[in-house]
Amino acid sequence: MSGRALSYLLAAGALLALTALAFAVGRYPVSLGEIAALLFSKVTGSPHSLPANVETVVLQVRGPRVLAALVVGAALAAAGTAYQGMFRNPLVSPDILGVSTGAALGAVLGIFFSQGVFVIQMLAFAGGLAAVGLVYWIGSRLRGHDPLLALVLTGVVIGTLLGSAIALLKYLADPYNQLPAITYWLLGSLASISPRDLSVAAPLALLGLAPMLMLRWRMNLLALPDDEARALGVDTRKLRTVVVAAATLMTAAAVAVSGIIGWVGLLIPHAARLLVGPDFGRLLPLAMLLGAAFLLAVDTLCRTIAPIEVPPGVLTALIGTPFFLWLFALARRSW
Amino acid sequence: MLKVESLAFGFPGRTVGRDVSFELAAGEVMCVLGPNGGGKTTLFRTVLGLLEKHSGSITLDGRPIESLSRAGIARLIGYVPQGHSGYFAYTVLDFVLMGRTAHLGIFSAPSAKDHGVALRALESLGMAHLAERPVTEISGGERQLALVARALAQEPRLLVLDEPTASLDFGNQVRVLERMAALGRTGISILFSSHDPDHAFLCAERALLLAEGRALEIGAPREVIRADTMQRLYGVSVQVVALAAGGHTCLPSLNGR
Repeated sequence: MSGRALSYLLAAGALLALTALAFAVGRYPVSLGEIAALLFSKVTGSPHSLPANVETVVLQVRGPRVLAALVVGAALAAAGTAYQGMFRNPLVSPDILGVSTGAALGAVLGIFFSQGVFVIQMLAFAGGLAAVGLVYWIGSRLRGHDPLLALVLTGVVIGTLLGSAIALLKYLADPYNQLPAITYWLLGSLASISPRDLSVAAPLALLGLAPMLMLRWRMNLLALPDDEARALGVDTRKLRTVVVAAATLMTAAAVAVSGIIGWVGLLIPHAARLLVGPDFGRLLPLAMLLGAAFLLAVDTLCRTIAPIEVPPGVLTALIGTPFFLWLFALARRSW
Repeated sequence: MLKVESLAFGFPGRTVGRDVSFELAAGEVMCVLGPNGGGKTTLFRTVLGLLEKHSGSITLDGRPIESLSRAGIARLIGYVPQGHSGYFAYTVLDFVLMGRTAHLGIFSAPSAKDHGVALRALESLGMAHLAERPVTEISGGERQLALVARALAQEPRLLVLDEPTASLDFGNQVRVLERMAALGRTGISILFSSHDPDHAFLCAERALLLAEGRALEIGAPREVIRADTMQRLYGVSVQVVALAAGGHTCLPSLNGR
């Protein structure tokens, strides 16, 4: 019991420390004292004597980016947690039903037709929802199979189809203007997220989180074989539909503003499960804390370790792969 | 409690069995015997409403099964499936608590009262000491008993057990049979399948012989379990021996000797 409490405490502490650090480091270093003074003046409304640059850097440059990392990291981790339970498989990520590929196709279409940032984000969001909607519609019509298997297989083939559409668009795109933008989007980035982007994405992600929080105990039954869950009184088809809709909403909202950032939704739920066990109600908050902390750490590294920005999708994989293997080797018990 | 009339059952587009009729009164214990692939599991899944029946009727407590919700069925029937190991590492107690689902609101978690029901179910099977162990780390036999405990936590009126003794050692087999007989005496109806005709002799009031999806015979075990019916069911020759101490047993003869 105390082990669990310790896990939450450590995760929350790490998140807090990382957040302070993320505000402090960068091309224009800000001291922790300055951050504290600024925070104090904002909370109390009293004036401060800090240079104007400090306020600009903290509130306008780093603020949205830090918030974006927290929201996107928590959303991807929550969606991954829900899916790993529902698909009874610890190797599942939020992308399994094609939300990221659909979002990517939407964004690539937007770039290909030279649309503005907002339209590209809307297309990405809609593309993510549409891809999962299509997969779910086809998968639930393949009767006489295990419903989960039908969903996963449909997700894989539709994902491949959308992937080739993306490849075609990349092939046709203008190699000087559009192709770099497409590649940049596909690698993910939190660099250019504005407060307005966040004000749309964060409520959508929260909307997806609400049913997961309310159904947190019942979610556990989805981790049982379908027959067993139904015999225990769960309408698994309805519950699965709600979970898929919620997880898709969260992921699509995140991916639409950040591009594709892999590994968070796969690695973090797994690490959280090793710490507090599979009970969804205990798992979800920890996974969200860890997801937020992980992506914030990665993004902070992305903008500080090299003279140019490193794409977070590359770093999450570089950190994620050895970390995952280490976790797996360390794990005494099975999933 | 349970009434099945001229039931045809199977998978979508493929009928596995037909013309099965039987009734199960409150507290009655019935054993379904039949060869592998004879349709026992499919019959059980249909009775539980997990597979749609093809024709005929299933009545639970006087109500047709199609009029009941999933939770409504779960409050009447507890299901003990054939065990497997692909679970996440829930503790045994959390696992058994899942049996309370049908008694809970859709957004609720189990209360202290539900914990009490789950713990009593574990105690009644002598498993209380395993409550905090992960269900992935106990033996196959213990996991089978955890499934029984989960079904008991449903507080059902009918318990359907699909080969509950299949993965158990001899001692645990006897314990599960004793437990089923005891539950029958408390008024819970029991429908279970087994590969061992002796299990029907030991604890069932009636046996249903299921071959190729049809009910060959239904009746008291010592009336329907005979050399000729066992030959038809399993294709091997057996002797049914009356024991001096009372009861019967089925003794196979190898190579017809």
